[in-house]
This record gives sequence, structure tokens and C-alpha cells, in this order.
Amino acid sequence: RRLCILKGIYPHEPKHKKKVNKGSTAPRTFYLLKDIKFLLHEPIVNKFREYKVFVRKLRKAYGKGEWGTVDRLKDNKPTYKLDHIVKERYPTFVDALRDLDDALSMCFLFSTFPRTGKCHVQTIQLCRRLAVEFLNYVIASRSLRKVFLSIKGIYYQAEVLGQPVTWITPYTFAHDHPTDVDYRVMATFTEFYTTLLGFVNFRLYHSLNLLYPPKIDGQADVELKPVEGKEYAMDSESYLEKLSALSASLARVVAPTPEDEVEMDEFPVEGETAEQMDLRKKEQEALEKHKNLFEGLRFFLNREVPREPLAFIIRCFGGQVSWDKSLCIGATYDVSDPSITHQIVDRPRVQQQVVGRYYLQPQWVFDSVNAKLCLPVADYFPGVLLPPHLSPFVTEQEGDYIPPEKLKLLAMQRGENPGDEESEEEEEEEEEEEEDDNDKEEEEEEDESEKEEEVKLKKMEEQKTQSNKALPVKVTAGKLRLEDRQRLEQEQQSEEKRLAIMMMKKREKYLYKKIMFGKKRKIREANKLAAKRKAHDTAVKEEKKKSKKARRA
Amino acid sequence: PVPSPHPRPSIPLQDIRNTVGNIPMEWYQDFPHIGYNLDGKKIYKPIRSKDELDMFLEKMENPDYWRTVQDKMTGADIKLTDEQVELVHRLQKGQFGDIHFNPYEPAVDFFTHEVMIHPVTNRPADKRSFIPSLIEKEKVSKLVHAIKMGWIKPRKPKDDTPTYYDLWAHEDPNSILGRHKMHVPAPKMKLPGHEESYNPPPEYLLSEEEQLAWEQQEAAERKLNFVPQQYRCLRAVPAYTRFIHERFERCLDLYLCPRQRKMRVRASPTPPSPFQRGLCLPRCHPASQGHTLLLLKARSPSLTLLSWDGAISPSGSGAHDRSDDGTVRFWEVCTARCMKTLPAGGVVKSVAWNPNPTICLVAVCVEQSVLLINPCLGDKLLYGATDQLLESYVAPEEERVQPVHWVPASAEEHARGVRLLVQHSKAVKQVTWHGKGDYFASVVADSGNRQVLIHQSSKRWSQSPFRKSRGLVQRVLFHPLRPYFFVATQRYVRVYNLLKQELTKKLMTNCKWVSSMAVHPAGDNIICGSYDSKLAWFDLDLSTRPYQLLRTWRGDWGYPNPVLTHFSPCSDLLQNPLLVPVKVLKGHAVTLDLGVLDVLFHPTQPWVFSSGADGTIRLYT
Repeated sequence: RRLCILKGIYPHEPKHKKKVNKGSTAPRTFYLLKDIKFLLHEPIVNKFREYKVFVRKLRKAYGKGEWGTVDRLKDNKPTYKLDHIVKERYPTFVDALRDLDDALSMCFLFSTFPRTGKCHVQTIQLCRRLAVEFLNYVIASRSLRKVFLSIKGIYYQAEVLGQPVTWITPYTFAHDHPTDVDYRVMATFTEFYTTLLGFVNFRLYHSLNLLYPPKIDGQADVELKPVEGKEYAMDSESYLEKLSALSASLARVVAPTPEDEVEMDEFPVEGETAEQMDLRKKEQEALEKHKNLFEGLRFFLNREVPREPLAFIIRCFGGQVSWDKSLCIGATYDVSDPSITHQIVDRPRVQQQVVGRYYLQPQWVFDSVNAKLCLPVADYFPGVLLPPHLSPFVTEQEGDYIPPEKLKLLAMQRGENPGDEESEEEEEEEEEEEEDDNDKEEEEEEDESEKEEEVKLKKMEEQKTQSNKALPVKVTAGKLRLEDRQRLEQEQQSEEKRLAIMMMKKREKYLYKKIMFGKKRKIREANKLAAKRKAHDTAVKEEKKKSKKARRA
Repeated sequence: PVPSPHPRPSIPLQDIRNTVGNIPMEWYQDFPHIGYNLDGKKIYKPIRSKDELDMFLEKMENPDYWRTVQDKMTGADIKLTDEQVELVHRLQKGQFGDIHFNPYEPAVDFFTHEVMIHPVTNRPADKRSFIPSLIEKEKVSKLVHAIKMGWIKPRKPKDDTPTYYDLWAHEDPNSILGRHKMHVPAPKMKLPGHEESYNPPPEYLLSEEEQLAWEQQEAAERKLNFVPQQYRCLRAVPAYTRFIHERFERCLDLYLCPRQRKMRVRASPTPPSPFQRGLCLPRCHPASQGHTLLLLKARSPSLTLLSWDGAISPSGSGAHDRSDDGTVRFWEVCTARCMKTLPAGGVVKSVAWNPNPTICLVAVCVEQSVLLINPCLGDKLLYGATDQLLESYVAPEEERVQPVHWVPASAEEHARGVRLLVQHSKAVKQVTWHGKGDYFASVVADSGNRQVLIHQSSKRWSQSPFRKSRGLVQRVLFHPLRPYFFVATQRYVRVYNLLKQELTKKLMTNCKWVSSMAVHPAGDNIICGSYDSKLAWFDLDLSTRPYQLLRTWRGDWGYPNPVLTHFSPCSDLLQNPLLVPVKVLKGHAVTLDLGVLDVLFHPTQPWVFSSGADGTIRLYT
């Protein structure tokens, strides 16, 4: 099992289950014979065997009470390295980046484990170190793109060398360890992931010209030294803590010079029109703007807000951040600093407010990052009912339900005036409803049109018979029939569609029905959400009215 | 009572009156006495019958209450003396009990701390302290030997921290093996939607019913594996209890889930239009103009039962129809006029124009006979020539036995246009002409072998081609070009070679009760319609099974809207022939549950005629 985890061997679903399973269809897992043979050639198998022997010897020595032997054996504990497996599984660096999601999530989880029981302390420390190093890299490269506060934890998405890397960190609470989880499996995964993450970190740091076991920039280091001269902690520990404070920039191999930022030469890619170039340029600009979202802003974190995620996010977008000195090492300025522009507060009221800074709830930071612009602060004052926090990972397709807040946000991103939001919102809602109605109408239309035509024909017939009866032939002025072009076209299309459905083969028809079913279900769900929202909105309005009346009375 | 086996910690004052010794006093709890005196009499406890009130009164009144203690050994109350009280105080403070004890007396060395030149003891050193130890030597030599033999290795320097280096420094494309290409990467974790937010929009929160439904569902069935919740601020968000679970499940998925590449059909949800499949021609006629150009009102409005069959003369100028009211009517299409009405004298089941353009003749089934009618319409030369042709018949010398009687029309009938009467023994269902216009076949509603008869009009001669009955014949048809004859029974279509007089093919229609049959003008393809609303299309070159089965109408009989199908058997062998529904024609009112009864194409023009149960014939362009 361990070998399978480390080597990334997974079971396969056989094409003919009965053939493979001797006629029975009972669920079993099947591995490819090739894969298992491949496992046998792995040199690490020998290491595992050595380890087994070591454990046996150790047990024996314990049993006999030969403490000298125990010591000697413990000193010579066999170790193994997973480097070659990492290289083998991910022949290129990009492959490794693609698989980084699970590795990061796992490392972040393990780094929050208590240092007692469950797993080795070294593993936890290593995980913590690697996670902090990765965070520092993301800060240095400013590659964070999206963040999301979910009820499960905090999701982050960074774009590392063009690959989106998503990870989740739990909220900082003590875990109540479940009993039905096999920690050994998780530990095996973590063993591999730490190796992978270490190498990835190394490579990433070097791609940015940073020193790899990361060093805090000399200048900042001096600042960080506790002033009292008292040793805060042991050197090795304080190093990691300083690093995890995320407040100092890292030392570079080559000191950056301010003139370094030369404009990139433009190499037109062949087969690309000027339009595309423009588009790309625009995108690039937007990205640059997004990266420097908090540039020049100075934040202060109150002690009740989660420090690490907020410091990480703010630093990722160029802001400066500090916190109470007693909260954590690495605070760079005090609450009383007049240059602070934003103070992040998560309590209903702030006692002593300093003029010249915004007091905001932490959601503002997250929402601003997702919206790629600094949102208006009025909605996020302490004690105010917050606007909903939307997931940045959802991209609505056509026909999907879009919450009105998202529409507002999109409008804001387009640069429209947020002043007439309300009306716009309503309009858009109406549009949505119309869209929904359209589908139903189409179905009805077909029947209607048939009926109408029949009626028309009948009329015409009547006219004719009448004219026949009245023998002196008379030409009555014909009525100009106004043809609804669109309608006709629609009819035409729907008819064609029905004929086409008739023509389909059985398999295609099955598939088509399935697709249509899925589509209808989607529409139904969207309608349901919209209806719920509408009901909620009306309820809120009613309440508002009531409260207004109550106030007047 | 037995003395306690365990020695109790010493009690300093042994009361003389205590005769029981050092035992747990609760042994005497329930007795009025404690122990016995020398005379063997019980020593009684002092009477303690104080209740709470007494105790309280004593507490209040007795000034020495605070220094009164109960002696457990004897049960008597003892008043502590001043010294004893002092002692208690001292002990409580952690001081020594003895007042005169001084804990800080100056320390006096019992032995000098200065180093002297003489030893303390005068004992001479052992000899063994001057010579190397043998045991040690043995041990050392063992170690030396072990080191020499390589049994003991020098300790490795301890290094816990793993070292990292640039693993991907030399990426060579050759290292990407087939294994990596075959590798199915695990799908990434699903990204969270709005409902997972700590502060989602209100519509994403579950209502009470939904929540109940969620709780009752199996964990595997649930669409969301959590209940969306709303918190007012970030501070209020608790830890997610299933976080470790989810990570663990992900791990299990990663190494235990079978992976499989699934080919997803990226189908557009719109059904592929037949015209998108490279077929654009047939749109023109029905699609360009949706509706009736011409409305042929067949009969007076009171007449509801209707034309069974429409037929168009081969030259394309005249149409004609007939009805259950026993008339045959001829229409001119250009003017939409009823040119002629012939009373047939019975219910007309079927009509057919002679396909030969030089002969102006119509075959009409009326009850038990087939009438050959010269409508005397159109070109005078043409119908004159037809009459001449019919009259040029010379009766053969010897009368042959025929299944039917050929009777020339009477004078009265002749005036109406009827030229010949072919009298059958039973009612005639259908009549159809051969392509040359000389032969025609009729179907008799009989179950014997004489269901199908073939007649030659010029020789006035008939024959029954089959010796044996093979089921109820529904339809017969001549092959348009070759000497083949199609007979559709209820389940099968039989193809006979008329020259060799043998069965060449038997087509399985796979439908229940064939109702109609049509042959493509080129003769390679046959379409059979059936009462179970199917169309079976046979390619005679391919097989005896349907090339394609189309499910068409909901009703079997009077389908309200005929579906115009385009049939393009391509002359090019490379391209598959197509059968494509092109247009639904609407217009006929449904009367008596019957809609359209017959449809026909114009031989030369892009026109379609349909006759309906509402007593009209409609022309679509």
C-alpha cells in the first residue's frame, strides 16, 4: 500500500469486469499487472525490507533489555529518500506544479496538528517549514489570485508559472481527531508530499533569484531583532517564527537594483493580429494592476482577526501590514502609527477610533482581492451587516443563476457607475426572468401557431364559400397579413428541430434526451434559486417598511 | 473486636482509659461503649445526645468552645490548654513545635575542607591499580576486532533536515516515457461554489424542508456534503469538524479509486439539423412557401366522407379523386375546377392513371369490378387514340378460361367515359398500372390464391400469377424499370421476377401490418409504411432487412399532419442515401378522427397534393 501511494499507482477499471473477475461482478479493485511488476523493480523496496528487519531487531533488543544494543540500533536506523521517485513521477517541473494542490493542502493541514501523538514531530515541523516557505514564495512573486472564506477553511488560488494552484487551510482551531481516519495513510502521503514540496520550493526560490533556505532580508532582520536583547527563543525556532510572520522580504542572491524594471521587449508572435496583441496587453495591464492592489496602503490587524491569512494576503498584493507586538513576532509598526490607512477589526464596535483610517471587517480584504479592485468601504464597517461573500471560483455560464451581488460586482468591474445599481439590478433580474420564460413560451408557441393557422385557413375558406354563394363574383379587398418575421423564423426553427429529433438514431436520441434533461434540471435549479431570492428580498423589504412605519408611529 | 492487623501511625497520648488499643474507632460506632475495664465491665462512652440546637447553643454560650476537641479514642470532649493551642498555631504556621529550637545555628565542619598533605587513611594502594585491567583489555580487543571486521561502523552524522537541490535541473524530453503519457492524473478537488461561503447569499441557505431532506439522505447521495451556513462575522466561524475526514477521503480516492479515461461526447444540445449534414437542396419547395396555394373544395359542405385517393395524370394537367359517395371527379389543377364528375355506381376504393403519356386511361375500382375509364379530357387526339386502341381489340379464336370477365361498356356507360369493365368475383381493393401502361394489377379482398390478378388491357386477358396464398395481400406494385413485381403482405414484401416467374426476394419489414408501399422511380429502394407508425426503408441492393426504420406518427390511420420526407438515394455510390423528414404540412382539419388520407407528388412540378377527411384537396408548393 505504501509503495502504491509513493509511486502513484492507482487501480484500473477493467473493460470486461466479468472476464477479469471470473464471471462475478462483485466489486473488487484491479491493478494493472504491468504496474505491479513495475513496483517490484523499485529500489526502495529493499529499504523497506531493511526497515522491517530493523524493527524486528529493535523489538528483540528491548525484550532482552540490552540497552546498549537498542541505542546502537537506534543510531543506525535505516532511512530512505524519495527524490528519485519524485523525479520519476514528475519528469518535468510543470508536471509537479500541476499536482501541487493536494500536496499543499496536506502540508497545511499537518502543520496545524498538535505536536503530541498522531504523527512525528519532525513531520509536523517540516510541513510547517515548507508551508511557510511556499507562502513566502507566493508573497515574493505576488502570484496569489483568488481567496475564499468558506465554512470549511480558507481557499487560496495562486498562479505559479502559469499553473493555477489551489489549496485550502483549516481555520486555526484545535482539531478533534476523528477515530475512523487512518493516520498512517495520511502520513505516507505527507512523506511524499513534503519531499515534492521541498524540491518545488527550491526550484521556485531559484526562479526568483532568492536564497533557498530562505533568509530574511538583512535590513529587516535587524529590525526584527528583539530590542531588549533578551533571547526570544532558540535560534532555529525563532528563525522559523520570523519567517512565518510573513512580514519581512527575503534575501536575494543578487540584490535587486531599482533600474531593473525595464519594460519588456515585445516580441510579436506570428499569426497574431494587432487586436489580439492589444487584448493581451490589456490583460497584462489588468494583471499588473491586480498585483499591486494594496500598494501603498498600510494595514493594522487587530488581535481578534486571523493574523496569518490576512498578513499573507495583504503582503501578496503589495500592502504593508503590522499587528500588536505582543501578538506575534515581526510587528513593524504600532497601532498609534498615524500613517495607517486601514485597520482590520472584527468586533462589533471600536472604542477609540483614530481619525484618518478606515476601520474595516476582514471580509473587505477578501472581497477586494476577488473583485480585483478596492471595494467601497461603506459596506464593511465594523458592526455593519456584511454583503454576502461570493466564491471567486464560480464562473457563470449562460443560463446559470447569477446572484444579484455578483451582477453588481461585474458592473462595477466594467467601470459602470455604481450609483444606479439598484435599478440596474432590478432590470437584470427582470431580464433573467424573461429568459426563463422564453423557454416555456417556445414550447407553447408551436401549438399556438398551429391553432392560429387553422383559424386563419378556416376564415379564408369561409370567405371563399361566401364568395361562391354570392354568384356575382366580387373581389374583396384583401387584407394585408402582417407576418411576424421573427415568429415565423422561430417556428421554422422549432419545426426543423422536431424533424431533426425524429431523424436521430436511437443512441443519439438517448444522448440528446439526456442532455436536454440536464439542461432542464439546470434551468429548474436556477429558477428555484431566483424564486428563493425574490421571496427573501420581498420579506426583507416588508420588514424594512414595517420598521419604518414603527419608527414614524 | 479484633485488633487491627495494620499498625496505625502512633498517637502520642495513650489514654489510660482506652482499653481497646489502636484500632479504627468506627468499629465501636454503633455501640454505647468503648472497650472493657479490668473487671470485664463495659466502659461507656460519655452520653452525646446533643442535637443541632444544643450544639448551636453551646457554641454560642461556651466561651471555650473554640478550643474544645473531641477525643476520638474515648469519645470525651477535651479542652485544650494554652500551651497546646500555641503548639497548634506554630504547626499551622509551619514552624517547629518546640519553641526553643533554633533552626539557624552556625554550621560546624566535622571535617576540614582544606586540602592536607597527608592522606586520610594510611592504607597502601592495591597492586591492581598499577597494572592494566585484563577485562578491559579483553573488551577493547573485542571492539578492535569488530571494527577491523567492519562490524562496528562509525556513527553517521545525524542530519534530520532533508536536503533539497534542483531536481529538475536537466529536464530531458526523453524522460517522458509512455508511462507518463498513459498516466491518468487524478481529477482535482472540486472548487467551492457560493453555497460554501461563510456568508453566502441568502438564496443558497437551505430551507427547513431542504434541510430535513438533506438529513434524511444517505451521505453518498447528498449533493452537498455540508449544510450551507451563514455567520455574521469571520470571528464567529467555527472549525469545520470534517476537515481531516475530507482530506483523508481525498487520500483514499487518490490511491484506491480506479481511474478510467471516459470519452465524453461533446455534443451540442441542439439536435443536428438534417440540413447541416450537407443537405441543403430540398429546402426550397416546401420551405419557401408555407402554405396552400390552391384549395380544392371537393364537395358540398354536407358531404363529409371523402376522397380516398388522389391521382394525377402523367402529363400533370389533370388531377382526379374519388370518393365514398360513389363518384369520380376530375380536376384541372391550373384552374382548380372540377372538370368532370362520373358516378361510378358504388364505393370507389382505388384509382390510377395510366402512366403511359400516350394513353388517356384511368383504372377505377368499384366494388367488384375495375372500370377502365377514358375521361375524354385534355388533348382530343390523345383520348381519340386511346379509344381507337381499345376498340382495335380482336377477340381470340378460342375462349380462354379467365378468372375475371372482361365486359365492354354499354352505350350509356360509354357515353360517360367507361370503356371496359373487368368483373371480379370479390370486391377489389387496389389497382396499379405497370410502367408501360399496358398491364395492370388488381388486388381482391380474398384470402385465396386469387388475391392478386394481373391484367393486360390491350389483349383483355387476365391471369392469376400465384398458385398459393401467402397471407393477406395489402399492396402490389410493379417495378418501374425491370420486370419485377412487389407484393406486400401483412409482414413481408415479396419480390417476384415476372420473366422467370419465380420469387427473387422476401423482404422482412419488422413491422406489424404493412399498410402501404412505394418504390423509388429508379427501382432500388422501397419504403413500406405500417399501421404501427413505422417506415421501413429497404435498399434492394443491400439486404432483405430494413436499411432504416423510422418511427413517425403517433396515430396510425389518419395522421393529422403528413410529414413530407425527402428521399435522396444518391446516384453516387459513395454517398449513402438519406431519408430525411423535411417539412410538416398543416392545413387539414381533423374530422371524425381522420386527418389527411392521401398524399401525392406532382410528376413534374414541385407540388404536393393532399386529400383530407375534411373534404378538401390541398396543393402545397
